Amino acid sequence: MVYLKYKTGGEQMSSIVDDIRATARQLLTDGKVDVVIGYEKGSLPLKATPCFVRSPQDIDKLIWDETCENNLAAFSTLTEGKKAIIAKGCDSRALVVLLQENQLVRDDLYIIGVSCQGVINKKKIEAETGEILEASIADGKVTVKGMVCDKEYTFTEVKDASCQTCRYPNPVLEDIHIGGSIDVPQQAAVFADVAEMENKTAGERQAYFQEQMSKCIRCYACRNACPLCYCKECFVDCNSPKWLTGGVDQAENLFFQAGRVLHLAGRCVECGACSRACPQDVDIRALNRKMSKDVFTMYKHESGISMDSNPALNEYSADDPEAFLVKE
Amino acid sequence: MKITKEKFGQSFDALAADYQIIAPVSDAGGVNYKAVKSFSEVKQDYLNSKLPPKSFLFPQHEKLLSYKKEGKDVTIKNELKVGKSILFGVRPCDAKAMLLLDKVFKNDEYTDPYYYERRDNSVIIGLACNKISPTCFCSSMSISPASSEGSDIFLIDLGDSYQVEVITEKGKALMAGLEELVELSAEEQALVDTIKSAQTASKVDVSTITAKLDKMFDSPFWDTLHEKCLSCNACSFACPTCHCFDISEEVHKNEGSRVRTWDACMAPLFTLHGSGHNPRDKKKARWRQRMMHKFNYFVHNNGDIACVGCGRCIKSCPVNLDIRQVIDGVNNVELVVD
Repeated sequence: MVYLKYKTGGEQMSSIVDDIRATARQLLTDGKVDVVIGYEKGSLPLKATPCFVRSPQDIDKLIWDETCENNLAAFSTLTEGKKAIIAKGCDSRALVVLLQENQLVRDDLYIIGVSCQGVINKKKIEAETGEILEASIADGKVTVKGMVCDKEYTFTEVKDASCQTCRYPNPVLEDIHIGGSIDVPQQAAVFADVAEMENKTAGERQAYFQEQMSKCIRCYACRNACPLCYCKECFVDCNSPKWLTGGVDQAENLFFQAGRVLHLAGRCVECGACSRACPQDVDIRALNRKMSKDVFTMYKHESGISMDSNPALNEYSADDPEAFLVKE
Repeated sequence: MKITKEKFGQSFDALAADYQIIAPVSDAGGVNYKAVKSFSEVKQDYLNSKLPPKSFLFPQHEKLLSYKKEGKDVTIKNELKVGKSILFGVRPCDAKAMLLLDKVFKNDEYTDPYYYERRDNSVIIGLACNKISPTCFCSSMSISPASSEGSDIFLIDLGDSYQVEVITEKGKALMAGLEELVELSAEEQALVDTIKSAQTASKVDVSTITAKLDKMFDSPFWDTLHEKCLSCNACSFACPTCHCFDISEEVHKNEGSRVRTWDACMAPLFTLHGSGHNPRDKKKARWRQRMMHKFNYFVHNNGDIACVGCGRCIKSCPVNLDIRQVIDGVNNVELVVD
């Protein structure tokens, strides 16, 4: 449903890279920021890696393509000084939430907005091709040489699940916009994936989540990749009271994952960074999406889409849908 | 000598009656080691598991003892229960990693009974890597995709059969029942030779890294290396040699247990003191610790680098902080001479 003004991997992409580099150079040369947080080419095929550019000589490391999967807003609260951040739609939404929650100083932040047509989910590809030996992206096609087989995909086929349902490919808050923007038809959020889960029987859902949670090793890559999990002390690390043990079984793991999702109620921007970060392929997204749907349905709220809208749980109204509320 | 997979499978299934057999199975979008009852459950064609088999010797969460207070009486129960195990299909990197863990859990100062009871009661059946992942670099770590070091029995997959090498007395005892070993054909011998001579395509140079790190504690190299790290435990938990743990009490009313849980130097909580002081509160210090422990301290204490080149940390890192690049980075640091 999303119309692309520019094609993947085409000429437009390289001009975006040029513009990103030019902007970064200007910002650093003018001393407007201390660091530009962007992406550079990673060591693995189809993998970009976060990159912290402090001097103009490193600027040519910066890249931009469909492999830039990390949500760089996660580094905004970890990196000291004035910073410029390259932000996709979801990254900018996370920055909005962080600003609304007073975790960032707006004047210390320069947002280099880039519209995003989605990022590649490598795991999807490797499930078929085996480990990727070489890969290239050109003209909307992803060509992969794998250990099991070689295959060519259209970009849409290998787009991450969170990008499939994304309604905000354009940055919602930015200081400069690089490249074209993406036309998004006006339509309400679609939660077909959540409805599918809701339509399962309780037993089926329980079996599904038991299986998913049994894979979790509690490495906390999901939590740490999340730009909005910034608590100084996460409830899982708290030892007084001790909310949960170090036991790694599906019940304790679900307690952690469900607790995390509840803490993200009305805050999660659905960037999918948690699911992509998971080394064990746990379907964390299924929980986040259900929460997003509930928040959307009950409060008509989507997090981080505008600096003007109050966070769902920061607003009180006598019309809130809690049946137990007493109305005057 | 070789044995057909059919015969081997029959012996495997028979052994399952007396042994807990841990073997690679399809799991979590890849392969992991799990308890199996039959050879038919074993994943045959795999590069390596997502998680190393170390958890069977050193579980992620283990009750050391439990206790109960009734009136003035306290009863304490030892929770160590160990049966005989076979770890099947262990790759050369992971078998070597177990030799490194041995140095930690049994040395001149003390022996960890929890680890060692399991270790003594386990037989390691190693399996050569016929295919090599692009992130593997064991050839640089004094291992090879077909080295038998650390295995009690070592197998090379020849398709319908395994070439068998009995390495230790433990292996010999397990193999005693297998009388169906036959000679390899010339073709099979050639295949074995090819597999044995294979090297990983990815390489690092660790020849001088320990001495270099001796002089690098205060190097500016650490100032930026860590920046993209998210301080998660994915690399440590996926590492076959990482062995740090935390001991805590899990108490409910008048009973509880003392448990040992994996911990990791990447997490800020790892070094947080009761006083609130944290000697490694910065990522910089934590990443330096990771590199120093593996490539310097462990060498000084135990004579070996605590990395086996399995590449799991590279695959599991959400931000692609690649240890091969960090090793290259250390090698490229120019030391300032005082």
